[in-house]
Amino acid sequence: MGERKDLIQDIKAIEAADLLSTVMDIKSDGYRLGQACATKTEGGVDILYTFEKDETLKNFKISLEDKAPELQSISGIYWAAFIYENEMHDLFGVTFKNLALDYGGHFFKIASETPWNPAAKSGADTEKGGEA
Amino acid sequence: MAKRTVIPFGPQHPVLPEPIHLDLVIEDETVVEAIPSIGFIHRGLEKLVEKNEWPEMVYVIERVCGICSFGHGWGYCKSVEGNLGLSVPPRAEYLRTIWHELGRIHSHLLWLGLLADSFGFESLFMHSWRLRETVLDLFEETTGGRVIFSVCKVGGVRKDVTDEQLAEISGVLKGMIPELTELTNVFLEDMSVKNRLEGVGTLSADEIKELCAVGPVARASGIASDVRLDGHGAYPELGFEPCVEEAGDCMARCKVRVREIFQSIGLIAKAAEQMPGGDIDVKVKGNPEGEFVGRMEQPRGEAYYYSKGNGSKFLERIRVRTPTNANIPALVKMLQGCDLADVPVMVLTIDPCISCTER
Repeated sequence: MGERKDLIQDIKAIEAADLLSTVMDIKSDGYRLGQACATKTEGGVDILYTFEKDETLKNFKISLEDKAPELQSISGIYWAAFIYENEMHDLFGVTFKNLALDYGGHFFKIASETPWNPAAKSGADTEKGGEA
Repeated sequence: MAKRTVIPFGPQHPVLPEPIHLDLVIEDETVVEAIPSIGFIHRGLEKLVEKNEWPEMVYVIERVCGICSFGHGWGYCKSVEGNLGLSVPPRAEYLRTIWHELGRIHSHLLWLGLLADSFGFESLFMHSWRLRETVLDLFEETTGGRVIFSVCKVGGVRKDVTDEQLAEISGVLKGMIPELTELTNVFLEDMSVKNRLEGVGTLSADEIKELCAVGPVARASGIASDVRLDGHGAYPELGFEPCVEEAGDCMARCKVRVREIFQSIGLIAKAAEQMPGGDIDVKVKGNPEGEFVGRMEQPRGEAYYYSKGNGSKFLERIRVRTPTNANIPALVKMLQGCDLADVPVMVLTIDPCISCTER
């Protein structure tokens, strides 16, 4: 058996303020954006970014302790990030500043706003949250 | 400047088996901009992780897609196994590899049929799908299912395959080669097909890197990226090397998938020949605690499976990032500057699976 690169888990916590510089550095190292996703936590959301190079992954995690989380978009560095950032906006209510292609909450046609993070939603629909 | 017109393409369109919408901004017959919209059938399957215990969640994740369902099940199991620190018996890894490669063959044959349909070559479409049925028969014989298989579980597989069945799989696939060669030669050599695919929708290796595209789309532009190189499954022992083309156009994407069909047949034959004995699963103790980012090379390209556990029977999060998600930006760039008449073929050459994307 060769090296099991799939078992290497490199997940590093970073601050939101360091996101853009971290992403710029990793892009200049030749990494490709693999995915980005959000996970609901007690006080807000965790955002996980995954980058790939030569079948090896690097992950960066940002914890946003805010009911209406905001973060800089990385779509100015990796344009393809607009897919993931619009998804996180629609499902988890994360607002991305300077998003290259902003669907304004219409990326997914869903019955209620921010269904996977109802706390992020403002307005009268709050009590209907949880159903996508 | 010519007058600009916006043409809505989809979500219902003869060439689209599933709903995706593109606003095509055109000048005369040239597309100058394409704005994609998805989310028409978003199912929220990942959310079901809160209601299904993690051993049962594999059934849900398999249903992300009816074409690459085995691969999704394996990807989920791989992520949870990584979370639990489990090592799967070699025989289970070989069986998973065989089923996954069977899935690649039938997915690529399905795609060839859809491609033929997109440029109006109906008999080619029918022959592609007729051959695909043989692969589905092999699935049915070994797993009991033709679409959803439920043979992959955390810790191994649920069903073993006998030596006779392994020999039959190899024999049937070997027997398909002459017909597959005849079929794929039409895709690769027929003048009418070449006219529709060659020099159309070209993306360079630099553009692919910039757009973070994956799978056959990336490999058709000279990027030798394939998750099967990361050491999982039986691939390291089968001598796997990715199929790469350089032209970066629709024909190159077709060539990669055609070559992968024959490659998968070879991988399956080798895996059947080298099949180790022993158990097909291990006993699983405890619950996942922590997080794990796993990947699979689905027929359409790289897919991600992120799992986060908290020591209970319910995962906190399962995230599936499908290949089509990653290839939509490449499609958008590819469409800029193309002829309107080429849009259906170009959309198909990323092999879009909206069912996966709308997990």
